[in-house]
Amino acid sequence: MNAPIRRLGMVIAAMFCALLISTTLIQFVQARSLDDRPGNRRTLLASYSKERGSILVGGTAVAVSKRTDDQFKWLRTYPQGSLYADVTGYFSFTYGSTGIERSYDNLLNGSSDKLFYRRLTEILTGQSAQGASVQLTINAKAQEAAAKALGNQRGAVVALDPKTGAILAMVTSPTYNPNLLASHNLDKVQSSYTALLKDPAQPLLNRAINGNLSPPGSTFKLIDAAAALESGKYTENSELPGPARLRLPGTDNYLPNDWPGNCGPGGKVTLKRALTISCNTAYASLGMELGQDAVRSMATKFGFGQPLSIPMSVTPSVFPGSLNKPELAQSSIGQFDVRASPLQMAMVSATIANGGKEMTPYLVQSVRDGNLDVIESTDPKTFSTPISKSTADSLTDMMESVVTQGTATTAAIPGIKVAGKTGTAQHGKGRNADVWFTAFAPADNPTVAVAVLVENGGTVGQEATGGLVAAPIAKQVMEAVIGK
Amino acid sequence: MALSLARPRTRRNTELVLLIIAIAIVLVAYANVGLAIEDSLPVDFYTVGGGFAVVAFAFHLVLRWKAAYADPVLLPIVTLLNGLGLVMIHRIDLAPGALDDAAPKQLMWTVVGVAAAVALIFLVPDHRRLRRYTFSFGLAGFVLLLTPLLPVIGRNINGSRVWIGLGGFSFQPSEVAKILIAIFFASYLVQTRDALSLVGRRVLGLPLPRARDMGPILIAWIASLGVLVFESDLGTSLLFFGLFVGMLYVATERRSWIIIGLGLFLVGTYVASILFAHFQERVTLWLNPFAPGMSDQIAKGLMGMAAGGLFGTGLGQGHPELTYYANSDFIIPSFGEELGLVGLFAILALYGLIVERGLRAALASRDGFGKLLATGLAFSMALQVFVVVGGVTRVIPLTGLTTPFLSAGGSSLLANWVIIALLLRISDQARRPATDTRAERLASEDTQVVTTRAPHAQRGRA
Repeated sequence: MNAPIRRLGMVIAAMFCALLISTTLIQFVQARSLDDRPGNRRTLLASYSKERGSILVGGTAVAVSKRTDDQFKWLRTYPQGSLYADVTGYFSFTYGSTGIERSYDNLLNGSSDKLFYRRLTEILTGQSAQGASVQLTINAKAQEAAAKALGNQRGAVVALDPKTGAILAMVTSPTYNPNLLASHNLDKVQSSYTALLKDPAQPLLNRAINGNLSPPGSTFKLIDAAAALESGKYTENSELPGPARLRLPGTDNYLPNDWPGNCGPGGKVTLKRALTISCNTAYASLGMELGQDAVRSMATKFGFGQPLSIPMSVTPSVFPGSLNKPELAQSSIGQFDVRASPLQMAMVSATIANGGKEMTPYLVQSVRDGNLDVIESTDPKTFSTPISKSTADSLTDMMESVVTQGTATTAAIPGIKVAGKTGTAQHGKGRNADVWFTAFAPADNPTVAVAVLVENGGTVGQEATGGLVAAPIAKQVMEAVIGK
Repeated sequence: MALSLARPRTRRNTELVLLIIAIAIVLVAYANVGLAIEDSLPVDFYTVGGGFAVVAFAFHLVLRWKAAYADPVLLPIVTLLNGLGLVMIHRIDLAPGALDDAAPKQLMWTVVGVAAAVALIFLVPDHRRLRRYTFSFGLAGFVLLLTPLLPVIGRNINGSRVWIGLGGFSFQPSEVAKILIAIFFASYLVQTRDALSLVGRRVLGLPLPRARDMGPILIAWIASLGVLVFESDLGTSLLFFGLFVGMLYVATERRSWIIIGLGLFLVGTYVASILFAHFQERVTLWLNPFAPGMSDQIAKGLMGMAAGGLFGTGLGQGHPELTYYANSDFIIPSFGEELGLVGLFAILALYGLIVERGLRAALASRDGFGKLLATGLAFSMALQVFVVVGGVTRVIPLTGLTTPFLSAGGSSLLANWVIIALLLRISDQARRPATDTRAERLASEDTQVVTTRAPHAQRGRA
């Protein structure tokens, strides 16, 4: 009987081989795709069971995991409360994550392939796994100044380093406290989240990059001016028609200035002067002279309509397609269907500040593993070069005069040359203007470019203008960066 | 004495060393769970751990005394598996949302199982004695197998009617029936193997046995189909039928039995899969464990195993409790999750070793009954592991068999300890030198009254 026993042994060996293969398939070959299946609670719990890396601003953690005694083991906490909410996002068991918490999840939770060798040593030495920490480009002083200056007004502030594109501040208001959503008391999290969703002010919305994009108003004139200067047919001193009101071609409608009167003697005004006092009629007619293609092409070069992520994806700003003359006139002063994000307008200022070279904005400076070895770091990248150095210089000169003798004297910083442009976008009756200001400083050696949007007139209401409401906020942010 | 020089080694010291290693692994695992979940050694580490070691060492001493030539690897492996099972069951008890304390019960059943095994070693000094009760065992086995169908005591758990309940206890009689039937098969086939293998006609090139020799086989087929149909349990059915066909093949050395057996089984399963909805669901989930609107049990097990990956999360650091029946039917995914693919391979290797040692005992055994019984027991262990692990890893449709020594469940643990005791007894007989029995007998004649066992043993061998 021994021969069949041996043969039966072979059959058994084959059966065990089938089991070795099936377990290998599941635990090795298909493991990743099984882990990534939607509704896999283990993957979610696993991301809690490890010490998630911190998110750092300067040397301070703005998101850090703390040991707890409950089943989740680690509680994500945001020591500064709502201050960095729009950058870090939240990390919630029930509602997932947003912001950097989401974009850098693989590195923060330590599962990224970039951490493979480190994970290997962790496995071999039995150390407890630890995620990588993410160093932000945010400047804590600028962030604090922006949040304080914006206060309770609905709007957003973005500050960039014009030379690199590093985002120095990103604040939106109203915002939320991410600790409420990261809590392990899931019932409380649910009620907090529902309340935030129901709030008509939309506190979960990042108005700096994903807001309901507002018309940029007169800040868009910078793009008209850039297109004009780049065409070679205009200089700062070229004269434009600047009447008190401009009849829109083919209609009986008029496009007025913000004040009753001409922009200059005899209804004539230079390109520079028109920007300084924010003359609507001059820039509307300039837009029509340049033609919609030239204006649209310049807007596109600055980033309108282009995808961008910082690493959160940014809603592209909009310059509408195929316009008739009256629509072009209105679009040229940042009205009609033109829409821009505060980040986009900050990029426009930053480009002018950086001599015409537009840098890609970014939020993450570097990622370090538990041993503080740098795993990746961001090198500044050129986004595009929409204007030449000489155009940039002319625009800088024009923007300085806006602050020294124009609509934005409220942004002046003693001893520092500031270049800026206001915007006051009307929404028609029943709603106050959305007011803008974008600027950079010092104008001769820029270290910060900023854009401020305050919706619905802010605290000033009906009387609000960019110069009155938005410019002082920008000033405080720039001061914080420059160190005044 | 010249005779004593020729004695082969008993290898009991090897067993002792292996046993110490096995117990050490179990204790480390137990400590690991405590440290991982509660940041401290389990409060009962020394009492429970020590008790477990005492039970294992007691069995070892019994073997030294009563079965000195038994296979030295079986006890350490089984101790390790039983211990790891206890640790995992305890670990799942600690998980949030655990219903009751399964580990103390399992520990109690471990003691009962070892006691039963020790009793068997004492009561059955020679496995051939079991042949005296061939038909009693057979009858008892089939009756036990069918008891879950009885009213009042039969229980339907998870769609399978393979349980009986007595008072507060529920018991899976098929586990014990498996052993009785294996003994019956072995004994019956040794008697009839010549008739089965030599007499018969050829049909289509297949040598077919005579109709009257087919009788018992058809009865076995009908009984296993009965289990399949009335108890809705593919696993038990497959186990019994596979066991029978395997033993039949070994006894007769005719491959036609395998072809006939497999054919009959496939026909039976196919018909069942058409007739029974419970069955179709199992098949659908086998093909697509993520089928929407159906049980996500397999899916959760798969996700658990995937979460474990190559090296596992570590004991106490995964979430096996997210899978239903994580400490019984799905204990293999629980191990896969916390010990990783490496750990599962190790567990499969341990099972492979048990089976291999069982077959080795069969090869070395000097009597046909011992050969067949050891083969049957080893093969049933292999089949059971295949059905259980294959079920949760989608090699075959999921069925409700227990994982030997690991799953929480008293009847299974008891039955498997008895199987190991039988294998130990057979291997002891196989390796015991022929001269040894005579020397013992001579020695005993010198000093004491002749026992009734020795002449009987000799008769059995003649």
